[in-house]
Amino acid sequence: MPMPAALDRENPSVLVMPGPGLPAFDYVRASKPDEVCDLLLQHGDNARLLMGGTDILVLMRDGVLAPKILIDVKHLPGMTTISFDPAGGLRLGAAVSMNTMTAHPAVKQHYPLLAEAAQAVASYQLRTRATMGGNLCNASPAADTAPAALVLNARCVTWGPDGERIIPVGAFFRGPKQNVLMPGEFLAFIDVPIPPPGWVGRYIKLGRNAGGDLAIVGVAVLGYPDANAASGCRFRIALASVAPTPIRVPEAEAILANMPITGETLERAAPAAQAAARPIDDLRGSARYRKAMTRNLTRRALDDVWAGLRKEG
Amino acid sequence: MAAHQITFTINGGQETALVTSHTTLLSLIREQLGLTGTKNGCATGECGACTVLLNGEPVNACMVLAVEVDGAEIVTVEGLAQDGQLDVLQQMFVEHTGTQCGFCTPGVLIMARALLDRNPNPSDDEIKDALRGNLCRCTGYVRIIEAVKAAAKAGG
Ligand SMILES: Cc1cc2nc3c(=O)[nH]c(=O)nc-3n(C[C@H](O)[C@H](O)[C@H](O)COP(=O)(O)OP(=O)(O)OC[C@H]3O[C@@H](n4cnc5c(N)ncnc54)[C@H](O)[C@@H]3O)c2cc1C
Ligand code: FES
Ligand code: FES
Repeated sequence: MPMPAALDRENPSVLVMPGPGLPAFDYVRASKPDEVCDLLLQHGDNARLLMGGTDILVLMRDGVLAPKILIDVKHLPGMTTISFDPAGGLRLGAAVSMNTMTAHPAVKQHYPLLAEAAQAVASYQLRTRATMGGNLCNASPAADTAPAALVLNARCVTWGPDGERIIPVGAFFRGPKQNVLMPGEFLAFIDVPIPPPGWVGRYIKLGRNAGGDLAIVGVAVLGYPDANAASGCRFRIALASVAPTPIRVPEAEAILANMPITGETLERAAPAAQAAARPIDDLRGSARYRKAMTRNLTRRALDDVWAGLRKEG
Repeated sequence: MAAHQITFTINGGQETALVTSHTTLLSLIREQLGLTGTKNGCATGECGACTVLLNGEPVNACMVLAVEVDGAEIVTVEGLAQDGQLDVLQQMFVEHTGTQCGFCTPGVLIMARALLDRNPNPSDDEIKDALRGNLCRCTGYVRIIEAVKAAAKAGG
């Protein structure tokens, strides 16, 4: 088929020049999971997957990536479906948009922490397209939905040449912008189990502005009553933007499980989170600032969750 | 290089276009269809000047591939007025000087339209939150927020 005139850069007689745009590639809309695996294996690094495109298209426009084909996986069966089962929990198709997820009744009712985290991302219009699946696959240390996924013990359900694999989110990240997916493998679903009864969650994001900037520090805390814990409660704490990947902080969690929860205990847990942070200096903040803010935001999130637990209990 | 024939509705009318895989929805709208109301500010999803409605929901047109809108319904700022009558939002932006240079205005109007469609009585904070992806370098936002509130009050 001939190229539309306005987009033909090879033809100098064309007067209307397009603005700086995306490098050329072939778009493929996949309809079967195995088709995706085959294309990925066949094209290797020259093939990339597309969901909301809000990470991949920016990288392509900036010249960081130049895949020859983009495989749109949004139309595979189940990829944009949300299902909830009171026994098994939530299953999110990897390509469910953040706005769809946030507005879903089961998410609102049973997983408000997921909605809170998603709403910290960028802007409403970006979230019409951006997906939690893409956020996790992109594996940025600053991924805003990752700390919530970590404290909710979410699992990545993948499909690959050898079939299905279930990977806890805690084992999904390998390094900055690197996940553990194998050649030919892709994320199909995110499973989120039912959280412990009586839980309270909170995500606090510090950005350079109240708008859609990437996190300088992000802290998710989930707390729940547990008679087996010496303190009567357990807390799960996860951090974004302060280590090569989003991380849990077991050291701080242990302090909170083993000592009666008082202001002093909360005060001791926050520096433990700070000690676990291994941030870098970048344009959003210095490593020193990030460490200090890790302590402050952890304390603040713990205070909020503890207040919520006391109200419930 | 693959070209794709796509059919879609834009501002109520059906269109067919031939697009390359790497054509964005923004360049389809501005360069192929000549609807230059929608602006190209940053081309990376930051500024909101390119915001259009895709199947009723606002998106950054610079972050959508044209080939993805096959079968979809698109509304740009040109589609807000009906039968020569400005949308109440546009009317209130005129009355409250919600626009200065005007570069951000098409995106802001679309975003505000989407907000009032899902929430006819937004609070100030809800308006600010809805517009957090629309950068305006002129107005300081105060008059934009006033205009949106006035439109809501007028049954917008
Ligand atoms: C202006 C702007 C502001 C942003 N602000 C934030 C922010 O505040 N917080 C934040 O966390 N992020 C932010 N982001 C980043 C981005 O929006 C999120 O990471 C988003 O969730 C990515 O989802 P997506 O569906 O758009 O991903 P895509 O770009 O479609 O995909 C992301 C990556 O995963 C790969 N991939 C896609 N689908 C699959 C799959 N099924 N299996 C395996 N790999 C796959 C892609 O090839 C790509 O490398 C921002 C981006 C922009 C442009
Ligand atoms: S041009 Fe699309 S967000 Fe700026
Ligand atoms: S009126 Fe000039 S950018 Fe908003």
